[in-house]
Amino acid sequence: MRKRAVSATIGSILYMGLGQLINGEWVKGILMGLYHYLILKFALPALRHTWWGLITLGEIPRRDHSIILLSYGLVGTIVTVIVIGFYIGNIVDAYRGGKRRDGGHPAPPIRETMTEVIQKSYPYFLVAPAVLFILFTVLFPMLFNMSMAFTNYDLYNSPPAKLVRWVGFENFREIVRLASWKRTFVGVLSWTFLWAILSTFSCFLLGLFLAIVLNNPRIKFRGIIRTILILPWAMPGFISILMWSGFFNTSFGPINQWLNTLGIASIPWFQNVFWARTAVVLVNLWLGFPFSMALVSGVIQGIPAELHDAAKVDGASPWQEFTRITLPLILYAVSPLLIMQFAGNFNNFGVVYLLTGGGPPVLGNKGAGGTDILISWIFKMTFDLMKYNYASAIALLIFIFVASMSIVNFMQTRAFKEEDMMG
Amino acid sequence: MKISSNSKWVRDLWLVFSYLILIMAMAAVLVPILYIFFASFNTGSSLYSSTMIPKNFTLDNYRMLFNNPNKSVDFTLWTLNTLKIASATSIASVILTSFTAYAFSRFRFWGRRYGLIMFLVVQMFPGAMGMVAIYVLLNILGLLDTHLGLILIYTGGAIPFSTWMAKGYIDSIPRSLDEAALIDGASRWQIYWRILMPLSLPILSVIALLNFIGPFNDYLLARIVLTSAEKRTLAVGLHAFISGQFDQNWTQFAAGSMLTSIPIMILFLSLQKYFISGLTAGATKG
Repeated sequence: MRKRAVSATIGSILYMGLGQLINGEWVKGILMGLYHYLILKFALPALRHTWWGLITLGEIPRRDHSIILLSYGLVGTIVTVIVIGFYIGNIVDAYRGGKRRDGGHPAPPIRETMTEVIQKSYPYFLVAPAVLFILFTVLFPMLFNMSMAFTNYDLYNSPPAKLVRWVGFENFREIVRLASWKRTFVGVLSWTFLWAILSTFSCFLLGLFLAIVLNNPRIKFRGIIRTILILPWAMPGFISILMWSGFFNTSFGPINQWLNTLGIASIPWFQNVFWARTAVVLVNLWLGFPFSMALVSGVIQGIPAELHDAAKVDGASPWQEFTRITLPLILYAVSPLLIMQFAGNFNNFGVVYLLTGGGPPVLGNKGAGGTDILISWIFKMTFDLMKYNYASAIALLIFIFVASMSIVNFMQTRAFKEEDMMG
Repeated sequence: MKISSNSKWVRDLWLVFSYLILIMAMAAVLVPILYIFFASFNTGSSLYSSTMIPKNFTLDNYRMLFNNPNKSVDFTLWTLNTLKIASATSIASVILTSFTAYAFSRFRFWGRRYGLIMFLVVQMFPGAMGMVAIYVLLNILGLLDTHLGLILIYTGGAIPFSTWMAKGYIDSIPRSLDEAALIDGASRWQIYWRILMPLSLPILSVIALLNFIGPFNDYLLARIVLTSAEKRTLAVGLHAFISGQFDQNWTQFAAGSMLTSIPIMILFLSLQKYFISGLTAGATKG
């Protein structure tokens, strides 16, 4: 009794719309067949060229530009995936239509089909513009970088004079095999972790502390104080970082000037690795504590007063009230955000790049200075050393690390658990 | 001595301590800002000065921003460029985000789950690394050194995070409102336009503000995409004041920074209430 379901499915596998015709859905079948014809006639030759480019990355130097072929190849892949998606949809639709006919129902008239399509595709129309944007401005750069990690694209293998070729996992192996790269990578990686931990916790602890101090109702002008303390957050970050790079300047910066008047010798802020790292952490603290403070203040104000009243009735001291009620509730509320901040700081390019430029230079390091974190090192590898392949390989590693951490973190949140992701 | 909530002495001590801490914190925040503020009225070009408040007060740094013999300095043009890019980015991302969030929040369709996960994951990709690809892409499309190219990239980058924020907010609007409207014969577009969109205005204004401020803050992408001097944004222009090896002009930078920061700060502070409540709503939900 499944005759039509089978024949329509096979029909649609052979040619789009054929199964729909077998099911007696004439207009739909003809439209789909027309679409299939147009794809075959016009899109397929172009797509085939992009596949060829993606696989070979060009065959003759100067005629074939590997990087452009790679870009076309990726765009072609995105388009191919969409086309295959429609094709699969066509098969599923033929199967469903066939089953309906097998069940003794007549083919639905085209008007009914149209209404149904419009009904069902409504959310897709809403989402489509945003998804298109993301495909090309976010997903494409991502795929492009991931691909570069598996090529030999660098200063010496650059189009148009040379072709780029696929090398598999060679870059990943070399980063850990070549001594100087390995040393730089390990050094930068450990500083990146230290930096992410220090910057996240310094901002959180200071923010927490100030929020608690400010929460005391006996303090006057709380609104004004809070507004002043939020100023670093309100100021454009790029300006405040550059401002601080002037303040910390070893020769003319006011900080050393003040230290000198206090009788302290000038500190080589940007010449010494330790001091440069201190400066980066301090500036980040200045920039970042207001966010944590605002966040914690919000959480504190959201704690129901009954909890505190109950604690007082039970004879808890203010300290106990804080450690047993306020603090656990704050930590519970902000811990997912703390992890997000850790992930953000891991890739906090702006502070490092604009404050120290990654410096001071470290002898024998492959392009990385004393304050360079992975992301700023990657940037230098790309724009100074033109080591696109290694840069992309490391970017891919960072991405895998940060993304998996964030996803695990996200799945723990209630926002995720309450969300019915299915459907 | 037993510390208890009745111990007035301890509470007074804590209060004094609190004031001390707050005064120190406010000083740490205000001194640098005031320093750069006063530097903008200082003569010369160095940040170095014997006193914080200038002895020779001058408005020259401000005048030079608007009327500079050096043709590459044109603060008015930079501001107009930045305002144009910022408004376009802000408007485009609010519209796109609002539609997308409505779909993700109110409809159940195939691919919704993958879409949401994709929106989450793409945020984690190191942005500074995408530069090469963005450069290649804009080059192929002929959009290098155009404001449109920059607007498209900013908007695309803003969508994932903004969508998650807006979706969370729309999720908290009771569905019974939609259902009641549906029974009254409202179309899905009317439900969006008459009910959900107006109710989600607080979060939409936060998104608009965030994405408006974004281009004021971004140096890197603007630096890479825009090459001609007359297309510069404020960030690129201001950075040029102090990026020279030998001719750093800090007082000029300070003047430009003040003019850029003050409107942004006022905007931010006037909207901070919505901002922080939106944030904590997300946090306590988390």
